[in-house]
Amino acid sequence: MSMFPASVEATQKALEAHHYIADRGLAVAVYLALKLGRPLLLEGEPGVGKTEIVKVLAQVLHTRLIRLQCYEGLDISSAVYEWDYARQMMQIRLMEASGVREQDKVRHEVFSPAFLLKRPLLQALEMVEGKPPVLLIDELDRADEEFEAFLLEFLSDWQITVPEVGTLRAEQPPVVVITSNRTREIHDALKRRCMYYWIDYPSFEKEYRIVREKVPGLPEKLAQQIVAFVQALRQQDLYKAPGVAETLDWAASLLALDAVALAPGVIEDSLGVLLKYQDDVVRAKHQMQDLLARAQLAPQP
Amino acid sequence: MTAQPSGQLLAHAVAFSRALREEGLVVTPGQTTAFALALGEIPLFDPEAFFYAARASLVTRHEDYPRFAEAFRKFWRALGLERFPAELLQQTPLPPRKDPKARPGEVGRPSQEAAASQTRQPVVDRALTFSATEVLRQKRFDQMSPEELEAARRLLHNFVWNPPERRTRRLAPRGQERLDLRRSFRQALRHQGELVRLAWRSRKSKPRPIVALADVSGSMERYARMMLHFLHAFALEQTRRGVRRVETFTFGTRLTRITRTLKKRSVDGALAEVGQQVKDWSGGTRIGACLHTFNHTWAKRVLGQGAIVLIISDGWDQGEPELLAFEMERLQKSCYRLIWLNPLLGTPGYQPLTRGLVAAMPYIDDFLPVHNLNSLEQLVEVLGRLERRASLIHLGVTQLQLTGHSSVC
Repeated sequence: MSMFPASVEATQKALEAHHYIADRGLAVAVYLALKLGRPLLLEGEPGVGKTEIVKVLAQVLHTRLIRLQCYEGLDISSAVYEWDYARQMMQIRLMEASGVREQDKVRHEVFSPAFLLKRPLLQALEMVEGKPPVLLIDELDRADEEFEAFLLEFLSDWQITVPEVGTLRAEQPPVVVITSNRTREIHDALKRRCMYYWIDYPSFEKEYRIVREKVPGLPEKLAQQIVAFVQALRQQDLYKAPGVAETLDWAASLLALDAVALAPGVIEDSLGVLLKYQDDVVRAKHQMQDLLARAQLAPQP
Repeated sequence: MTAQPSGQLLAHAVAFSRALREEGLVVTPGQTTAFALALGEIPLFDPEAFFYAARASLVTRHEDYPRFAEAFRKFWRALGLERFPAELLQQTPLPPRKDPKARPGEVGRPSQEAAASQTRQPVVDRALTFSATEVLRQKRFDQMSPEELEAARRLLHNFVWNPPERRTRRLAPRGQERLDLRRSFRQALRHQGELVRLAWRSRKSKPRPIVALADVSGSMERYARMMLHFLHAFALEQTRRGVRRVETFTFGTRLTRITRTLKKRSVDGALAEVGQQVKDWSGGTRIGACLHTFNHTWAKRVLGQGAIVLIISDGWDQGEPELLAFEMERLQKSCYRLIWLNPLLGTPGYQPLTRGLVAAMPYIDDFLPVHNLNSLEQLVEVLGRLERRASLIHLGVTQLQLTGHSSVC
């Protein structure tokens, strides 16, 4: 277990060293998930850095990241394993041509590991250079109940049975992180196996640090105004408030537009980067003066 | 993980889990164990880390964060401490249990209410004669006596349910939609690798989610109650077909989600609790504002997978009609079908001319009555044969149903 950080503080520092600024609560949850070998379930609005932290975690642990993107109808053949049928057929013909016809021999040959296509969950059971990988199960809310039931079993046994090969077991379970955007409730049984953390929108200070970290070259003053503007925008009654990802996109856009300070013109031109619903854009334009005034009053971080 | 938490840590984890249960949070023994193990991993002098460790291991929903924080504070205060000191884990006696019987939410232990309901007298099932049943089916809910209402409730369970379904993207071995390579190849192996017969798969169907928004203000109360019974019976039928997909909200001056309450209680128990939770049983209705809350907070979470939305209201709205129209349009765009159920439609000569209804009307896919059992049965039938809305003809559909029902009554 030596690959894991030694304390909550060490976890927080390690994440920061890889440019991920985590709240203390999140650091505690990550640290405990690693220590206790439990999956970590992250929820939060889109764009608050749920997927990002998993990528960083793999870097921190110097291990491979395996990602399983969920969708409705996700089944064994895309999540766990599949046989390479075309090559198996070919093999049967080749064996036939060289005179091998015994059923058992053919069967044994075509169901050998060489023809097995490993999908993310099966890959996650294998260690690379003596280290278990990080398995990201992204947007589990998009998958259906059937997959969730399968996952529950996988997460408690850390093994997969391929009928023709046998049971494949993890020497050391992978580090599992599950994310959800809550378009559907995840089943309670699954949730209760996990360490849970809700990632909120960041505070001004934290978001400012993230922007400075991720968009180098952005003038300090402009960075402050951008963050203050976005923070004020989140207070509005919007259908979809901008996430940190949108803040970063916007900051990069303004940098590309050579803006030196926020002004109504440049904001209106680039508002589409921040807001994704027409009603929200209209509302923001309506409140422009007030939002700008608040952005000018940006606190000094 | 084969680690066992030490006795002292486990005792405190158990005590704290119990405190959470007293606050109404659900905590499983597995979570308590995880918490005890977590306590062994964090620095004991760090109250903040303790708080986060407890929350990460014992809470699974963002909505429960505030209740957790409250329970956390209370727990330490019960020990006579403002904050958590490290020595505590070494020797302090546990706080006494408040009431050994009242422990809602604890796994494997029936609540007081459940125990009480077991001793309650069973309802005598008086079989209704055919003609009596017919009369009952036609009678308006607001003119029924309590006995008749009870009989009507029981009749709900005799309905022939046909919950609307949606084709999912999961494939099952039937039909002939897509080639099933896995099975085809297995079968081919029996014939020297010759694909003699191909195996196929087709998309599976599942019950569509139903999201009901019931108006519980003044005049609507009776109908809302009956609708909740209706939804309960409907959910039972869905459960029988695999997945329970009914979300229930009530509204008046504000929106309240009662899905969870309805899930853990009997209909009457749930309704009693709803009565306590929902302060709106009589009062003005602000449909637009409530739909606004719904669209912002809940729509993304409950309208996935092609949900059907039922609004049960007479349309007496005291809010802004513009807001109502705006929110109705958004709601209609984000669901599969938007059905407005109005008990007043059962009144002969009724015209939906209130400001609220006039504003909402363009965005309603189906406008149906819910004043008696017959109309509920008809609703079941409509739900069973819903097709994708054809926006061009939907005004026509509305009109048709309107005239159809005024002649029935």
